[in-house]
Amino acid sequence: MSSPTATIHNSAPGTRASRRAATRPWRKQVLMGAPLVLFLLAFLVYPVGQLLGLSIYNGQGFTLEPYRHLFASTLYANVLWITMKISLMTTALAVIGAYPVAYVISTANPATKGRLIFWVLLAFWTSFLVRAFAWVVLLGRNGVVNQLLVSVGILDRPADLLYNYGAVILGMAHAMLPLAVMTMLAVMENIDRSLPRAASTLGARPGTAFWTVYFPLSMPGVAAAAIMVFVTAIGFFIVPALLGGRRETMITQLIIDQVQQTLNWSLAGSISVLLLAVVLAVFVLYDRVFGFATLTGESAGAARNRDTAMRRLGARVLALLGAASDELLRLVPRGRHAGGDRPAPAALRAFVWVLLILISVPAFLMIPLSFGSNGLNWPPTGFTLQWYEQMIQSPVWAQALSRSVIVAFGTGILSMLIGVPAAFLMVRSQMRGKGAMLAFILSPVVVPRMIIAVGLFYVFAQMGLVGTVLGMVIGHTVVSVPYVVMTMMAVLRNYDTRLDLAAQSLGARPMAALRHVTFPILGAGMLSSFLFAFATSFDELTIALFSSGGLNATLPKQFWDEVTLQVSPVIAAVSTCLLIFIAILIFTADALRRRSMAR
Amino acid sequence: MSSSSLTVQGLAKRYGEFVALAPTDLLVPEGEFLTLLGPSGSGKTTLLSLLAGLAQPDEGTVRIGAQDVTYSPPYERDIGLVFQNYALFPHMTIEENIAFPLKMRKVAAGEAQRRAREALEMVHLPHVAKRYPKELSGGQQQRVALARCMVYRPSIILMDEPLGALDKKLREHMQLEIKRLHRETGTTIIYVTHDQEEAMTMSDRICLMNAGRIEQLGTPADLYFRPRTLFVADFLGESNILPASVRGRTGDEIDVGLGAQGIPARALANGHGLPQGAPVHLMVRPQNLNVARASGGPGLRGRVTDVMVTGSLTKLYMAPLDEGMPQLIAAFPTRNGGEAFRIDEVLTLSWNGTDAVTIAGAGAA
Repeated sequence: MSSPTATIHNSAPGTRASRRAATRPWRKQVLMGAPLVLFLLAFLVYPVGQLLGLSIYNGQGFTLEPYRHLFASTLYANVLWITMKISLMTTALAVIGAYPVAYVISTANPATKGRLIFWVLLAFWTSFLVRAFAWVVLLGRNGVVNQLLVSVGILDRPADLLYNYGAVILGMAHAMLPLAVMTMLAVMENIDRSLPRAASTLGARPGTAFWTVYFPLSMPGVAAAAIMVFVTAIGFFIVPALLGGRRETMITQLIIDQVQQTLNWSLAGSISVLLLAVVLAVFVLYDRVFGFATLTGESAGAARNRDTAMRRLGARVLALLGAASDELLRLVPRGRHAGGDRPAPAALRAFVWVLLILISVPAFLMIPLSFGSNGLNWPPTGFTLQWYEQMIQSPVWAQALSRSVIVAFGTGILSMLIGVPAAFLMVRSQMRGKGAMLAFILSPVVVPRMIIAVGLFYVFAQMGLVGTVLGMVIGHTVVSVPYVVMTMMAVLRNYDTRLDLAAQSLGARPMAALRHVTFPILGAGMLSSFLFAFATSFDELTIALFSSGGLNATLPKQFWDEVTLQVSPVIAAVSTCLLIFIAILIFTADALRRRSMAR
Repeated sequence: MSSSSLTVQGLAKRYGEFVALAPTDLLVPEGEFLTLLGPSGSGKTTLLSLLAGLAQPDEGTVRIGAQDVTYSPPYERDIGLVFQNYALFPHMTIEENIAFPLKMRKVAAGEAQRRAREALEMVHLPHVAKRYPKELSGGQQQRVALARCMVYRPSIILMDEPLGALDKKLREHMQLEIKRLHRETGTTIIYVTHDQEEAMTMSDRICLMNAGRIEQLGTPADLYFRPRTLFVADFLGESNILPASVRGRTGDEIDVGLGAQGIPARALANGHGLPQGAPVHLMVRPQNLNVARASGGPGLRGRVTDVMVTGSLTKLYMAPLDEGMPQLIAAFPTRNGGEAFRIDEVLTLSWNGTDAVTIAGAGAA
C-alpha cells in the first residue's frame, strides 16, 4: 500500500508543499493509515487469532481434541442447525419487512423522508437490550398482548407467549429490521428516479415497471441487507437468551457458557472457528453471486452479469410478476389522478407507518410502565417515581452510568484519533490496495461480535486489562471505528477539496488551511461521527459482558445482569432513561450531519 | 395510425400558491417540430410533464389526435419521452433497452430484436447492441435514448433538454442528427430547451414561455424579427430596444419619435393599430444598424465604449448621447484590415424602417 508511484489526489503540482509531499507520498499515507491498521492488528487480528489458536494448541502441541469433542455429540451440530434456522428465518422476515419501508422512504418527499428516517434511526440505535426486554414485558403472562387478547375475548386466559421459537423469531426480526432498512435505503437512494418514469412513458404499467426495472436495480440493496442481518443474527445472544427457551439456544450462548462457566477456552475457540467458518462461507457465496462492491452501495448497474440462462429466467419470472401485479392493480378502481409521478400508493404507505410504529412501540411501552406502581403488569396503575428514586439511589446504577459515560467518551475520542486520518486516506488518496484496506477497516462489523469479545477477554486477561477503563475503551474502539470511518468518508466525499487548494493559493500553509477552512466546514460531520462512536460504545454489551469484570460493569452489562437475575420495574425506569438519552443523541447527530451536508 | 396532432386547451397546473402553468392553449399539427423555450421556472418542463402524463393538470384538456388523454397514465398515451439524463436502464443491454417498449406492446421477441437492430442502425450504433449503458459515452447514450424512443413509432415524441449534458461540438452534431431523424420519420416532436440558439436552428415553430404562460408562439423568424412583447425581444438574441411614441402611419410602417427629444424614426407596425401619441418601443437588431462617422445626419448618436471582435461579427458598444436612450449595440461582419473604430469616437446610427419593429406598451425591457 505504500508504493512510490502512488500520488496524493488533491496535491496540485507546482506548489512547494505538494512537491515536498510528492517526493515521499507514502510517508504521509503511512502516518495516516498506520495507527488504525496497527490498532486493529493488535486488538482484532491478534486476539481472534489467539482464540482460534487455542482450539488447535493445548499447551503442549497441536491437537484436534476440541473438534473431536465438538463433533462427538450431536449437541453442537444441533445448536448450529438451530442457529442457522433462526438466523435464516430472521433474515427472511427482516428483509421482506424492510423492503416496503425502505421503498416508501426512498420515494417520499424530503420532509417526510426526514421524519421516517428519524424513526428508523431511533429504533436502530435503541439498545437491543431495551427492545428485547420490552418484548419480555409485552409477551409476559400479564403483559400487554395477553391482556389485550383476553379482554377482546380471543383467549379465555393468558397464554404462554414467551420462551419459544415464535418469540425468538419475533424479537430477532424486530431487532434486525432497522438495520435491514438502513442498508437497503443506501442502495435505493441511488436508483435514478427517472428510470421507473421512463419505463412508464415507454408503455410499462406500474406493476411491470416496478418488477422489471426498479426491483432488479434494488437487488444489491436486498442482498447487502440480507448479509448484514444474517451475520448479525448468527452472532446474536440477547434475544434468544431473554425470549427463547432451552430449545432456542444459539451458538453464541454456548461460547458464553464455555468461557464463563466451564472456562474451557479450547472448546470456546473451536466453536468460534465453526461460527467464523459459517460466516466466511456466507461471504464467499455472497461475493460469488453479487460481488462485494454492492456492499458499499457503489455499483447499481451490473455489467458483470452477462447473458446467461439464469438471467433470462430471472427476467421472465419478473415479467410474469409484473403482469400478475398489473392484473391485480386493474381490479382497483382508478381515480382521475392515477398514473404518472405519484408517491407510493396510500395502502402501502399506511402499511409502512404501521410497521414503523411496531418497530418503536415496544420500547416506548417502557415509559408508562416505569411510572406505574403495579410493577411490570399492564395496564400500569397509579403514578410513582419510586423506580426512578431506586435507580438514582442505587450505587450500582450510578457507578455503571458514570463508567459507561467515561468509556463511551474515551471510545469516541480514540476512534476519532485513529479513524479520521484513515477516512481522509480512504477518500483522498489513490493508493494501491485501498479496497483491501477498507475491507480490513470495516471487518469488525462483519466478524461476529462474540468472537471479538472472547478473543479480547483472553488477551486482556494476560495483559491485566480486564475490568479497566482502558480495556473497555480499546474493546469498544475496535467495534466503533468502522462506523467513524464510514461516516467520515461520507462527509469527506461531500467536501470540495478545491477549497483547500483555494486556501493554499491564498497563502495558507497546509496546517493553517486545515485549521481555518477544512475543520470549520467538517466540524459538524466530525462531531456527528464522534456521537455515533459514543452511542455504539454506550450500547455495547458483548465485549462488556466479559471484559468489564465483575464489579466494574457498564450500563448495558448492569442491565443484562439485572434482567437475567430478576425482572424489576427499575429496569423500566432505566430503559426509559436510555431511550430518551439515545433519542437526544440521534437527534443531535442527525441535525449536525444534515447541517454539514447542506453546506 | 391515428392522426398525431396535439391539442391543448386551458391546461393549468398549480403547486399551492405557485402557478406553474397558467391556463394554456396550444395546437401542434402532425409532423411539426415545436420547441418549448424559456428561462428556468417558465413552465416549459411543467407543460412537458403534463403532456407526458408524469403530472396531472388542475384543469384543461390534452388531446392526441381525437383522443382525450388528459388523465391517462403515461403508459396509455402513445408518446415517447427522451429524458435529460437519458434514463437508460442500467441492468439491461442496449438491445434490451431498445426492445423494452416493444416488449411492453407484446411484440414477439424475434420481431422486437429485429426492430431494435434497425433502430440502432438508424442512429449509426449497430455495434453496441450487447453492451450495457455505462460502457457507452454520453453522446452514444443519447443516441440510444433516441432509438429507444423512435423504435415504437409513438405519435408524439417529447424531448426534455436532451442535449443539455453534451459539450458544444457534440451538441451541434446531435442537433443535426435529431433534425435528420425528424425528417425521416415525420414524427411530431416537442422539444424543451433553454438554449435559444438551439431553438432557432431546429424548430418549425418556437413556443416561448415566461412565468407560467406562453409569451409568443411562432416561427423562429417571427420571434426574432417580429417579437410581440419586450420579453421576447430581449430574450432572443441581442437587440436595441428604444422607448418611443407614435407619430403617424405610412402603409405598413409607423412613424415614431424616439425618447424625450422625439428623434424621428420608422418601424414596421407589426400588426398594431396604435393611436397617435401612444407609448411604444422600437426594436432593431444590431446587425441592421447603419453606422456612420458623419455627425449631424438623421439618427441616434452614440459614443463608442467598446469594440469586440467575436469571430464572424464585430460588435460596437456605444453610450447614448441622446436623452432617455439605453446603451446601443451595432454589429457588422468582421473584415480583415477593415477600417477600425476607435474608443470615444462619436457615431450616428440609422436603419431602414423595414428592419425595425414596434412593440406595443411602455414599461422597461
